[in-house]
Amino acid sequence: MSEKLFLYPTWLRVWHAINAVFFLVLLLTGISMQYSNPNWVLVPFDIAVASHNISGVVILIAYFFYLFFFITTGNKRHYKIEFKGLMGRVITQVRYYVFGVFKKEEAPFPTSWNMKFNPLQQLTYVLVMFVLYPILIATGVALLFPELIIDNFFGIGGTLLTALLHASAGFLTSMFLIIHLYFATMGATFFANFKSIINGYHEVH
Amino acid sequence: MKQRYKFTWLLIMLLGLFVHSQAQQNQQCLKCHGQVFYQYDNEWTGQVDKRPMNPFYHIDSVKMHTSVHKEFSCTDCHSPDYETFPHSGELRMEEKYACIDCHGGDENFAKYNFEGIEEAFMESVHFKANDEKFNCWMCHDPHGYQLALRSQESIKDVVSLSNQMCLDCHDNKFKYGLISDEMPKDLMETHAWLPNQANHFTKVRCVDCHTQVQSDILVSHKILAKEEALRNCVQCHSTNSVLMESLYSHKVRESREESGFINAAILNEGYMIGANRNVVLNYVSVILFGLLIIGLLIHLILRFTILKKK
Ligand code: HEC
Ligand code: HEC
Ligand code: HEC
Ligand code: HEC
Ligand code: HEC
Ligand code: HEC
Ligand code: HEC
Ligand code: HEM
Repeated sequence: MSEKLFLYPTWLRVWHAINAVFFLVLLLTGISMQYSNPNWVLVPFDIAVASHNISGVVILIAYFFYLFFFITTGNKRHYKIEFKGLMGRVITQVRYYVFGVFKKEEAPFPTSWNMKFNPLQQLTYVLVMFVLYPILIATGVALLFPELIIDNFFGIGGTLLTALLHASAGFLTSMFLIIHLYFATMGATFFANFKSIINGYHEVH
Repeated sequence: MKQRYKFTWLLIMLLGLFVHSQAQQNQQCLKCHGQVFYQYDNEWTGQVDKRPMNPFYHIDSVKMHTSVHKEFSCTDCHSPDYETFPHSGELRMEEKYACIDCHGGDENFAKYNFEGIEEAFMESVHFKANDEKFNCWMCHDPHGYQLALRSQESIKDVVSLSNQMCLDCHDNKFKYGLISDEMPKDLMETHAWLPNQANHFTKVRCVDCHTQVQSDILVSHKILAKEEALRNCVQCHSTNSVLMESLYSHKVRESREESGFINAAILNEGYMIGANRNVVLNYVSVILFGLLIIGLLIHLILRFTILKKK
């Protein structure tokens, strides 16, 4: 039995579960709308629109829930990027994923109470939670109230620009999700991290 | 050469005279029909009586001046006997012209195909339910119709002009009451299934859902029974949107194909989920996604093979 750290408090796990479920709904319905076609139906269009709208609002509320606890608890310590020497640490981590794992090297930045993420994780989480999510949510809300969008932005339709930004941010977040899912399998065992995000305890390698 | 100029001038002056007299003539009617109140000399009492004009007999002279028949005198369509007031009681029995009386078989208007329109109209729910009682003027305001799709620049204006033709009646129990004993149903309620309904009604025409595209006329006039109306979102919200043959049929030709967007014509004024995709971005995203999956798969396979061996 390896050592265990309580790294994922209840609020985080609740947020994460809700976020994950509704994000998958958004992803599925979003793709379905973007590629809507009378002959090939992933999700019927009206249902896709309705569930995308509802899930979007849920994610928005969940995001504020996350932000609230982010500000009020100590979890934010894991998100503080130390810019000095960042590049070097990222390269070390990448090198580890590309070569190190296969040589059964020790992880260069093992999970600890003070820092649960490795530099790569930290960077992507910050990017997703504080760049992509705000863009996604802001553009999503705008598309929900299109009358608020300016009609013309330097010759390009305002709604078009908003929709493009929304779809692009959605695409990047989906890419993140795939990577996220894959690297979650690289814990102590294949499923160890998935257990952690459910029960809160991190198994140390 | 000089001779031609003189002739042109003469024409222009004649035309000016005609327009002027037409305006003056109309002014004769509009001094009552263009006002909220009208006045006349009461020969019996010797006084000037002032009365309210029936709002249904009120004519908006500004609208009249933008209509397709702006060159007309009132008496081109109405009996000259209307020049006297009080109008003779018999005048209200006067038979009105139909569009086809003037436009039928006329080379100048061939491109509109009035005959085809009339044929389609005769198959519409309105005509089938009411016969002659429902005629072209019910939608085409004789004192204000202006071409929408054929001449308006912006889709928003096309939609608003066209929809107003239906709403003037379906949203007005007095006009509706001329045709039916029932009250018109609330369109907000009957179209509640349509999300962002208010937005749809400014971006798409009633006829885009309530008719089927007809190749021989620009705007189909065969209003279908409500059961046959378009309800399937994807008919519009997809790459082969029906709107490209109806509402956007005019713009499609001038559309900027090189912009890289599917159905780019829509983008001048809006963005339609499902119908506007950027081809380049689509390819780029599929490729990036593919590369990512391949990369991760290789990593996964290596993890299993190399690590298992060790
Ligand atoms: C002095 C005011 C006055 C003038 C001028 C006038 N009208 Fe009228 N008109 C009325 C009024 C009031 C009514 C409604 C009562 C009635 O029918 O007499 C009416 C009714 C009408 C109707 C509807 C008849 C029906 O019952 O369907 C028509 C059509 C009409 N006018 C055309 C004209 C035309 C065309 C002219 C100009 C050549 C004209 N009017 C000039 C006051 C006027
Ligand atoms: C292009 C032909 C045309 C011209 C021009 C025209 N009218 Fe009419 N007018 C009609 C027709 C057709 C009707 C009957 C409409 C209906 O049945 O709904 C009508 C109806 C009316 C009515 C009765 C109100 C109603 O809506 O039924 C009045 C009043 C009237 N016209 C006045 C005028 C006046 C005043 C002018 C000139 C400024 C004028 N019209 C010019 C064709 C015309
Ligand atoms: C009394 C004869 C008459 C009646 C009735 C009539 N029109 Fe016209 N219409 C004309 C004439 C003449 C012109 C050409 C006017 C001009 O060029 O200024 C015209 C012009 C038009 C135009 C514009 C054509 C163009 O290319 O500029 C349209 C559209 C039109 N009418 C539709 C209708 C419709 C729809 C009806 C019936 C609801 C109708 N008209 C009834 C005589 C009539
Ligand atoms: C139920 C309402 C309705 C009735 C009835 C109706 N129309 Fe129309 N009509 C429309 C609408 C809506 C348009 C679209 C407006 C536009 O784009 O100019 C239109 C457009 C037209 C146009 C212009 C099409 C073009 O090619 O630009 C003509 C011409 C026309 N109608 C003739 C007729 C004739 C003739 C009749 C009677 C046989 C008739 N309409 C009856 C609603 C109606
Ligand atoms: C997106 C497509 C769409 C548009 C746009 C649209 N409709 Fe409809 N409309 C429908 C459908 C589908 C029905 C049948 C609804 C039902 O049976 O529940 C319908 C029903 C109706 C009915 C019959 C209602 C009843 O229950 O008796 C009327 C009248 C009507 N529409 C008028 C209009 C008018 C006027 C406009 C434009 C302002 C319009 N529609 C725009 C799709 C549309
Ligand atoms: C002058 C009034 C009037 C105008 C204008 C009018 N309608 Fe209607 N419409 C009616 C009436 C009245 C009915 C009820 C059925 C009947 O008696 O014709 C009706 C019925 C309908 C229906 C329902 C048919 C059904 O199956 O129950 C539809 C759809 C419709 N109209 C669409 C339109 C559209 C689209 C336009 C504009 C292009 C339009 N109407 C313009 C009066 C009007
Ligand atoms: C007749 C064609 C047509 C049909 C049918 C149609 N739509 Fe639309 N829809 C449009 C157009 C046009 C727009 C506006 C695009 C723009 O903003 O320029 C639009 C916009 C939208 C939007 C974006 C709303 C907004 O306010 O930005 C949504 C969501 C939507 N439609 C959902 C639906 C759903 C769900 C259905 C089926 C129940 C449906 N539409 C049926 C033509 C249609
Ligand atoms: C089916 C979907 C998902 C699964 C199975 C999943 C799984 C996991 C696992 C196992 C962890 C813990 C390991 C680690 O810290 O890296 C985790 C953490 C995290 N996940 Fe996910 N995830 C999913 C979806 C998402 C989505 C959609 C987002 C946001 C866009 C997201 C954002 C995060 C963040 C920010 C953390 C770190 C939380 C913290 O400790 O502060 N996850 N996830």
